[in-house]
Amino acid sequence: MNGLALRAAFHDGAIVAWRNLKRIPRIPELAVFAILQSIMFVLLFAFVFGGAIPLPGGGSYREYLMPGIFAQTLGFASITTAIGIADDMTKGLIDRFRSLPMARSAVLSGRTLSDVIYNTGILAVLMISGLAVGWRVHRGVGDFVLAVALLLFFTFAMAWIGVLVGLMVPSVEVAQQLGFLVIFPLTFLSNAFVPTQTLPGFLQPVAEWNPFSALVSATRGLFGNPNPFVAGSFPGSHPVALSLLWTLALLAVFGPLAVARYRAIDR
Amino acid sequence: MAVIEAEGLVKTYRSRSGPVRALDGVDLEVQEGTVLGLLGPNGAGKTTTVRILATLLRPNAGHARISGLDVVRDAQAVRRLIGLSGQYAAVDENLTGRENLWMFGRLYQLGKAEASRRAVELLDDFALDQAADRVAKTYSGGMRRRLDLASALIGRPRLLFLDEPTTGLDPRSRLAMWEVIRRQVDAGVTVLLTTQYLEEADALANQIAVVDAGRIIARGTADELKQQVGGERIEIVIHPGSDLDAAAGLLAADGSATVDRHTRRITAPAQGGAQELVDVVRRLGERQIEIDDISLRRPTLDDVFLMLTGHGAEAPEADDEDGPGAT
Repeated sequence: MNGLALRAAFHDGAIVAWRNLKRIPRIPELAVFAILQSIMFVLLFAFVFGGAIPLPGGGSYREYLMPGIFAQTLGFASITTAIGIADDMTKGLIDRFRSLPMARSAVLSGRTLSDVIYNTGILAVLMISGLAVGWRVHRGVGDFVLAVALLLFFTFAMAWIGVLVGLMVPSVEVAQQLGFLVIFPLTFLSNAFVPTQTLPGFLQPVAEWNPFSALVSATRGLFGNPNPFVAGSFPGSHPVALSLLWTLALLAVFGPLAVARYRAIDR
Repeated sequence: MAVIEAEGLVKTYRSRSGPVRALDGVDLEVQEGTVLGLLGPNGAGKTTTVRILATLLRPNAGHARISGLDVVRDAQAVRRLIGLSGQYAAVDENLTGRENLWMFGRLYQLGKAEASRRAVELLDDFALDQAADRVAKTYSGGMRRRLDLASALIGRPRLLFLDEPTTGLDPRSRLAMWEVIRRQVDAGVTVLLTTQYLEEADALANQIAVVDAGRIIARGTADELKQQVGGERIEIVIHPGSDLDAAAGLLAADGSATVDRHTRRITAPAQGGAQELVDVVRRLGERQIEIDDISLRRPTLDDVFLMLTGHGAEAPEADDEDGPGAT
């Protein structure tokens, strides 16, 4: 790709992202429900289940919980993206874009970019909610920034999974249901809500190597929140590296798949 | 000069019951500044043809050129020349009319100022200036179609594809849409239009290609097609209780009459003009077949379709058109 084409790709991607962001306040129920759903989880686990979940090594369950909530909510970014793409597909907007002399990459790059920006806003609201129930950051600004960067990088990767799903499903409803069917079990089979030590033996390795667990462990460490881990295991000792690797791997697999699928629309 | 040249276009889709041949060798040629009407029922292959010519779909066989540029190999260059307005109004319903046009203008690679200026111009032209800053989901069906067409015109294309531009519109909106399309034609834009409304092809197109089951089965001007069908038509509505089949046999002994059992309407060629009308009335009276209505009319494109395909042009499905919010 030469310089001019690259510029066009950025330019067109930015316009598509602008359009996606412009829509958000006009369909406020999407953002409101995303936030309400996460806040419901915070309240349920902080006040209902939390008391019954002892942390190995002690510490505040609510501080333990919040990084799990962040990761789960951002995991749902893939559903937001899938819904957005499926909606544009069924309404004929993707056809309109494809009939224009614009950069072919812009529809997807603009979508994933805007979804990262949107989820940054959601993350900010969740952090404020966390502060309200007793979540605190105990480490420096550098660690905090690194944690947020890890979370948003993960969001970006999840958005590409969403692009692929959105291009493959026949309707918005299917995108929504499929997302819930996959993301919910994935986050519950992680350390997001309960320490992995409490899981049955055969599930423990699954939960430990789960990309959500890596992200949650990494951010717990960086925020200075309680972070019980199985001593001596690689996921427990290198959560930041593992989370980065996972995110890169997801991007490396689902990015090209999504692009290939988009290119194959004309077949 | 030919703006559109297509030869042997074939498109097959996979489906559960095996491959479906949506296009089975379509040839087209459209001269600059003319309007070609692709006429056919649902599923005939009209939309598939437009999608291939507008670079949205690759043909399995055959090739097509727009102003000499190949729609597959030179797709991006073709996109600079064309405007596409689809059957389903492809505008963003959560953006305002102005925002939609601005966005499409920018993606058409117009500069910021030019995109804004062009948006204002089109909003005025299409009588959307009052609604310019309302989100498109508050628009009526006709307004959405106009916004969709305006979006297709943002880059001043020399070739316009209109895929069923008036399907689902009420008669008044349809006439308004025809006016808008005629203005483009007057300005020298070449148009390829698909429609299942025979009168629409008649009203707008210089040339008509009749499509059925993925093939072009006839082409010519509206008058040429009507001449193929022959002379005038006699049409009778039989009173309930009277024998429909006996009446049909009386009207045309060779079985060339068509019978619509639902409306009890019989249509048959009338070679003898007004004198035949009198004869028919007399013969029906002798057999004591009561009639509710009788008339003599010139052939319509509906008759053309019936003659060419052996079945009528399907009634358009109006109910899948007007989405929520359309009035």
